[in-house]
Amino acid sequence: MRVTLTVNGERRVADDVWPGESLLYVLRERLGLPGAKNACEQGECGSCTVYLDDVPVCSCLVAAGQAQGREVRTVEGLADGGRLDPVQAAFAEAGAVQCGFCTPGLIVQTHALLRDDPDPADADIREALAGNLCRCTGYEKIIEAVKLAAARTGGSQ
Amino acid sequence: MTPPMTPPVAPSRVESRTVPGGVGDSAARPDGVLKVTGEFAYSSDLWADDMLWGVTLRAPHPRALIKSIDLGPALAVPGVHAVLTHEDVPGEKHYGLDRRDQPVLAVDQVRYQGEPVALVAADHPETARRARDRIRVEYEVLEPVTDARRAALDPGCPKVHESGNVVRHQPIRRGDPETSGAEVVVTGEYEVGMQDQAFLGPESGLAVPAEDGGVDLFVATQWLHVDQEQIAPCLGLPPEKVRLTLAGVGGAFGAREDLSMQVHACLLALRTGRPVKIVYGREESFFGHVHRHPATLRYEHGATRDGRLVHVKAEIVLDGGAYASSTTAVVGNAASLGAGPYEVPNVAIDAYGVYTNNPPCGAMRGFGAVQACFAYESQMDRLAQACGLDPVEIRVRNALSEGSTLATGQVVDMPAPLTDLLERARAFPAPPPPDRSDARNLPGGVANTTRGEGVVRGVGYGIGIKNICYSEGFDDFSTARVRLELVGGEPAALVHTAAAEVGQGLVTLQAQIARTELGVARVTVAPADTAVGSAGSSSASRQSYMTGGAVKAACAAVREQVVKLAEARLGRTLGEVTLRDGELRADGVAVPLAEILAGEAVEETREYRHRRTFPLDPVTGQGNSHVQFAFCVHRAVVDVDVELGLVKVVELAAVQDVGKILNPVSLAGQIHGGTAQGLGLALMEEVQVSGGEIRNPSFTDYLIPTILDMPPMRLEILEHPDPFAPYGLRGAGEPPTLSSTPAIVAAVRDAAGLPLTRIPIRPEHITGT
Repeated sequence: MRVTLTVNGERRVADDVWPGESLLYVLRERLGLPGAKNACEQGECGSCTVYLDDVPVCSCLVAAGQAQGREVRTVEGLADGGRLDPVQAAFAEAGAVQCGFCTPGLIVQTHALLRDDPDPADADIREALAGNLCRCTGYEKIIEAVKLAAARTGGSQ
Repeated sequence: MTPPMTPPVAPSRVESRTVPGGVGDSAARPDGVLKVTGEFAYSSDLWADDMLWGVTLRAPHPRALIKSIDLGPALAVPGVHAVLTHEDVPGEKHYGLDRRDQPVLAVDQVRYQGEPVALVAADHPETARRARDRIRVEYEVLEPVTDARRAALDPGCPKVHESGNVVRHQPIRRGDPETSGAEVVVTGEYEVGMQDQAFLGPESGLAVPAEDGGVDLFVATQWLHVDQEQIAPCLGLPPEKVRLTLAGVGGAFGAREDLSMQVHACLLALRTGRPVKIVYGREESFFGHVHRHPATLRYEHGATRDGRLVHVKAEIVLDGGAYASSTTAVVGNAASLGAGPYEVPNVAIDAYGVYTNNPPCGAMRGFGAVQACFAYESQMDRLAQACGLDPVEIRVRNALSEGSTLATGQVVDMPAPLTDLLERARAFPAPPPPDRSDARNLPGGVANTTRGEGVVRGVGYGIGIKNICYSEGFDDFSTARVRLELVGGEPAALVHTAAAEVGQGLVTLQAQIARTELGVARVTVAPADTAVGSAGSSSASRQSYMTGGAVKAACAAVREQVVKLAEARLGRTLGEVTLRDGELRADGVAVPLAEILAGEAVEETREYRHRRTFPLDPVTGQGNSHVQFAFCVHRAVVDVDVELGLVKVVELAAVQDVGKILNPVSLAGQIHGGTAQGLGLALMEEVQVSGGEIRNPSFTDYLIPTILDMPPMRLEILEHPDPFAPYGLRGAGEPPTLSSTPAIVAAVRDAAGLPLTRIPIRPEHITGT
C-alpha cells in the first residue's frame, strides 16, 4: 500500500508498504530517518518516540497505515537548521548522552514535557520520562539535562 | 613460588592543561551532537543499495538432537535469496573467545534454547522471517542438564559436551581454615539470578562482499580484532580479507564480547554477493547474547570475638550454560576475589564454572566479582551482627590497605584507601524522611498502595574489590597511531585505534590525551577499524588504562619526532621541551608547530602493555594474577513497605577511588550507570529460566530500572594515584556495579528484618507469601 504523511514539515510518500509495518519501520527503512530507534518493539523503552500530530507516541506501536495523512515530527526535525533545540543542547552538555541509543526518544519526550510544563519539579520529570529506558546513565544526568533545558527556555527563575 | 611483579614506573609528568579539553576536563563528547540530532549511525541504522535482510532460525529446545532439516519450503518463498545451514560454513564450524566450542550453526545437536540452526536472506525482513518459519527441523528432544551444582559436583551427571561439564575449577588455598581458632562463625548460602546486560541497541551489523573475495563488516562489538580472529577461520578466509569497522554501538556491558550475528551476516553476504544486514529484535537479543552467570555461593566466615576475620571458606558455582564463552575468566575473578577486600589469613575457596543446557553466560560488567561480592558482603553483615558491631566497623577492622596480602598471595602494591572510603560513606548526611503527602515518594509510587503505613526505612553498606584489565598472564595490549600535521595551517592531531566506543566516552578521552600530550587544540579520533592494530576489548574497565596508555605513548613518540624536526630546522640541540598552545617551547623560546611541521606529517604507532601478570596455580590458587584493584563503597537508604514487599530506594551514595579523574562528567556517568545496574540486580532484573527455557525474553517481562526506580545519587571521588598506571588512573566502570547490590540488599534486610539470601529480591521474599 501507499502511505502519504508529513514528516518534519515535508510531504513524504512511502510505496509498497506491507500492512504489518510500523510507523517506525517506515521512518527508518523507507524514508531514511533512522533517528528514532527500535529497541523493544512493544512500547516499553520509548526509544522510538516521535510526535504524531503533536502527541508523543511510541512509533513502534503505530501501524504505518495509521499515520496516513498525519503529521510526524522526529528527532531529526527538532533542530532549527544548524542550531540545536535547547533540549538537544542540554542533553549533549550535561553528560546525559552515553551510548545515545535512548537519546532520540528521551529528547522528543522531554521536548513534549517542557512544552506542557516549562518548569517541572523533579518528581514530574521522573514521571514524564518513566516510559523511556536508559541503560547507561542511571538517569542522574538526564534529570540534570532536563533542568538545564528548562532553565534556558525560561522555565526556571 | 610466585615471580615478582615488575617494578613501578613513575607516571610521566603531564604538562598543566594548556588547551581546553585536555586530561581532567569535562570535554564534550565528539559524537554528542550527532547523537542528540539522530544522525549518529548505529549498527542497526546501516543501509546499502540492494541490501538483503538476514534472519536466524533458532532451536526451540534446550537440548535436542537434530534428525533432519528441510529447507525446501523456505527456498520456495519469493524474495528469498539464500537459506544456509552448518553445511554451508566453508571453514571452521566452531568459534569461541576462549574455547572454540560454539557452532556457527548447530551441527547435529542443540545445547540451548535459541541456538542458531539456519539462516535466511531475503529482500524484506518479513519475507525472511516467513521463510524461516517454513524451515522444517526434526528434533529428538533430550532431557536438559539444568542444575549447575550437580553439573559441577556429580560425576554421574549427563555431559553437555564430551569434555565434561566442569569448564574450570579454581581452588584458592591460604593457611588452614580448619585451625584458624575462630571464636565466631557465620555461614550462609546465597543465590544470584541470571542478569541480562539489556543494552538498548540490539545486535546488528551489515556485511558487504568485497571484490577481492573478502568481506567488509560494519558491526557493534567490544573488540574488533577478537571478532576478526574468530570470523575469518569460519569463513575460510585469511584475516586480512575480513575487515571490520565499528558501527555505532548502543551499549555493551559485556554482551558484545562474544560473536552474535557476525559470521552469519558474512556467510549470507558471501553466498548472495549482496550486502546483508542482520538486526535482532529484543526477544531474539535475549537469546542472541550471553548473560551474567547465575551463581550459588556457600560461605563460612570465622572471626575473633572482636570481629577480626580469621578464615573464609567458600564454594562458588557459576552456571556457564551451553558454551564456555568467558567462563574461565569469570571463575578466576570469583575465586581470586572471593574473600573480598579484606585481610584474611586462612582461606579455602573452590570456584566452579560449568556447562549446562541453560542459556550461555559470559561477560557482564564486573563478572565473577559481582556474584562473590553479594555473598561476602552479606556474610560481613551477618558477622557484624554476631559480633555486635555496626556494619561499617566490621569492614573497617578487616579492610585491606596498601601492602596487604590477598588470598592469592598477591600483595596490594598500590593505594587501597578502604578505611577512608568506608568512613566517608558513613559520614554522608542521612536523607530526610519521606514526604508522605505525595505517594510518589513512597514504595509503590503512583500505584498509591500506601500512605506510609507499613513503610520502614533501612540503611545498608557494601564494598567491593574489582580487578582492572585482563588478568592471569593474558597478553593484554592496545595499539594507537597518532598523526600530527597541519590542517588549514593549524596543527591538528589524528588518533586512530581499534578501541570500541560503547558509550563510555573513550573517544572523548582519546582526544583529551592527545590535546594534553601534544598541546594542540584540534584532535580528530578516526573511526575504529581493523586497519590499525588491536586495542583489546572494551571490558574489564581497561580502556582508559590500555588505550589511554597507548595514545599517550604514541603521542610521546610523535613529540620526540617533533623535537628532532625542530632541532633540524633550528640547527641546534634543544634542552627541555614542552608542547603547548600549538607551540614548541624550549630554552625560553617558543616556535609555532606550524613552522616546525611545515609540510611534514609526523606519525607514530605504539603498542602499550600493562605490567605482566601470572596464572593462578591450579591447585593452590596462588599467583600475582591481577594488574590493578579498584574499590567502591555504597551506602543505600531504602523505604520498604513490609506488608506489600515493595521497595523504594531513597538514596544511593558512593565513594570511589579512581586514581586520577580524567573527565569528571564521564566518570560520574560511569558510576551512576554502574550503580543502576547493581540496583537492577538487587531488586528486579532476572532472566527467568525454567527447564532450560527463558520465560521472560522481553522488556515487558524483564525489568530494568526506570527513572522512577533510580534515586538521587551522591558521589564522592578520591584520587590516590596508582604508580603503575597512565596518569595514575584506576579503572572505574565496574566497581560501582559490585557494591551497590549488597548495599541495597543490606538496607532492605535492615528494614524488613529478614535474611534475604537471593537476588533479585522479590516482593514475596519480603512478605513471606
